[in-house]
Amino acid sequence: MSKIVYLVPLFPLIGFLLNGLLRRSLSKSLTGIIGCGVLLVSFIISVVIFMDVRKEGFEPVIVNLFDFIHTGKLNIPFAFQIDQLSVLFMLIITGVGFLIHVYSTSYMHEESSQHFARYFSYLNLFVFSMLLLVMGANFVIMFIGWEGVGLCSYLLIGYWFKNLDYGNAAKKAFVMNRIGDLGFLIGIFWIISQFGSVNFLEVFAQSPNAPTSALTGITLLLFVGATGKSAQIPLYTWLPDAMAGPTPVSALIHAATMVTAGIYMIARSNIMYTLSPVTQTVVAVIGLATAILAATIAIKQNDIKKVLAYSTVSQLGYMFLGLGVGAYTGAVFHVMTHAFFKALLFLGAGSVIHAMHGEQDIRKMGGLKKHLPTTHLTFLLACFAIAGIPPFSGFFSKDEILSAAYAKSPAYYIIGVAGAMMTAFYMFRLYATTFLGSFRGTEEQKHHLHESPPAITIPLIILAILSVVGGLVGIPHVIMPNAHRLEEYLSPVFAASTSAHTPPEIAAGTEWMLMAASAGLALIMVIFAWNKFSKKPELGEPQGFGAVLANKWYVDELYDAIIVRPVNVVAKFFNTVVEKSIIDWIVNGVGKLIQYGSRQIRLLQSGQVGGYVLLMVISLVVLFVVQLFLRK
Amino acid sequence: MPINYYIFLSIALFCIGVAGVLTRRNAIIIFMCIELMLNAVNLLLVAFSKMHHAAMAATNPNAGIDGQIFVFFIMVVAAAEVSVGLAIIAMMYRNTHSVDVNFLNRLKH
Repeated sequence: MSKIVYLVPLFPLIGFLLNGLLRRSLSKSLTGIIGCGVLLVSFIISVVIFMDVRKEGFEPVIVNLFDFIHTGKLNIPFAFQIDQLSVLFMLIITGVGFLIHVYSTSYMHEESSQHFARYFSYLNLFVFSMLLLVMGANFVIMFIGWEGVGLCSYLLIGYWFKNLDYGNAAKKAFVMNRIGDLGFLIGIFWIISQFGSVNFLEVFAQSPNAPTSALTGITLLLFVGATGKSAQIPLYTWLPDAMAGPTPVSALIHAATMVTAGIYMIARSNIMYTLSPVTQTVVAVIGLATAILAATIAIKQNDIKKVLAYSTVSQLGYMFLGLGVGAYTGAVFHVMTHAFFKALLFLGAGSVIHAMHGEQDIRKMGGLKKHLPTTHLTFLLACFAIAGIPPFSGFFSKDEILSAAYAKSPAYYIIGVAGAMMTAFYMFRLYATTFLGSFRGTEEQKHHLHESPPAITIPLIILAILSVVGGLVGIPHVIMPNAHRLEEYLSPVFAASTSAHTPPEIAAGTEWMLMAASAGLALIMVIFAWNKFSKKPELGEPQGFGAVLANKWYVDELYDAIIVRPVNVVAKFFNTVVEKSIIDWIVNGVGKLIQYGSRQIRLLQSGQVGGYVLLMVISLVVLFVVQLFLRK
Repeated sequence: MPINYYIFLSIALFCIGVAGVLTRRNAIIIFMCIELMLNAVNLLLVAFSKMHHAAMAATNPNAGIDGQIFVFFIMVVAAAEVSVGLAIIAMMYRNTHSVDVNFLNRLKH
């Protein structure tokens, strides 16, 4: 098995090189075949590896490719670690990635073949980097992938580079990512200083012996990296702006994969987090706060993609809440189900935008149910999944996080349920405003409404099936004992954490009550929103408090005033004073000095023979004096 | 005769020669002054050679002969240099119809 592991990231890398270097010569169909084909191959190999990994008692396999950094006592090999967690993520990345690639061949078909190929090469590079991230056997390889996905995010958000606003959104995403990466890097340095190695197996084996202060510091710094990558407070504002990119990009990067990198990192380092309760509380609180904040903003958004973007930020908050209360399996479970239904939602939104010829404002939609039947049905199923209605997948994963939260503190649970209610509300507001009621667009748009081609609808159908049944791998114990397949599968990864700190048990009766409460409240909000918005959609501009929500609590303006402007002032100072006046003065001054000096020395060449002879005599006398009198 | 007299005479001749080279404008006069300097040095060398011979004649009948031999070398060099120098002066006269060295400031350009 270790012989084929390196093929999984290799194929997307080849796809990136082929599509990137040959972009002016490849036809669109060939580009699509290369781009999707490499993903399909990677997926098949991942499945083969999965068949091996899911057997009982599988030990993590380290595949060493070559020595990356070897200085003194520090040895960082370029190695992959194959265990249950990494294979699960590999399947999600290549599987959902493949569907999105197929979708893109139809969604992006209006681009010229050169830019079409550029798109697919960026997408393949992204998959390669993400695979490096999840397959890496040490923090450094993970960081290489971490940076790579940040780069691809920038490239893809700014894909339509001729629009300056999109370019600014891409810059914003990259800069905020970078701020988080600084925390991550310092965390890695601390790990090296504390443990002498960055390999996961070694670091985690030594973690129980490390002082709690060091572990808390390291985990907090790593979490700063995660807030940047996975869009938590305070580094989340890039994600809604990232909707400037093409919709399949939003689906792949900003819903299913890149933003889950932070959760993967924490799930991988679970033992370090379990041993630092302070960090866990920080993670849980920030996750919960983000979940609520984003949900409140989503309620008043009118752009179909912005609602989904804030929904993603909110759901990521839930995943971090799960990690913070020790429900590592629950968080990873939610990553999986979220990948299914959020990708489905974004792809469905893309289908709607395509049918509406680029219109994204839901106030101008409505009644699309009869024009886009497949899109409508799959979107509806995804909305049920995200709202947490049983037996759809979202219910199981969200419920697992919420019950673990309750076990930690009932306050977490209550606020979490409030967020879940808001989720149900804004999702069904979105659904009803877009698909129900009567069409509010122009006559010309109405004529062009048609269902999307199979390349778009088939991935939608596949993802819909996964969103519906995906939860059945994680049935909680109270419903059916020993049916939580995902927990059994992932137990070796989290074994150390579970033994270090056994999560508190909740009585079966309490758990039934919690499940019924969250599902019931969500269902009530679903029905309420459905009725309200199908009859009377919100068409006007938001007023009063709604305006605050629609303006995202003015957080962007706050950042602009506190951070962006002062940084610009400092930069301007450095440019005008330090750069122009001081450094340029020094550099130009050297040139001017030499010019002046040479002008003066040139005057020695007068052409007067007498002058030359005089100089000769004078120098002779000087030499004479020096030799005879000054040298003893 | 005490050696000092020869030294003073030689220095005087040499300084006159240097002053002549620095101040005169006629190229041929400058050459004469150069010859004057060389001869001053020759005089000094011969004088010291005689002084050494007088001091060490008892042990070494050939003492101090180096000075006189070196004088011959200097004379040879002087002759060669004069021939080349006069050729240059002749060329200079052909081009500028004068032997005034201040005319040669074309090196300035």
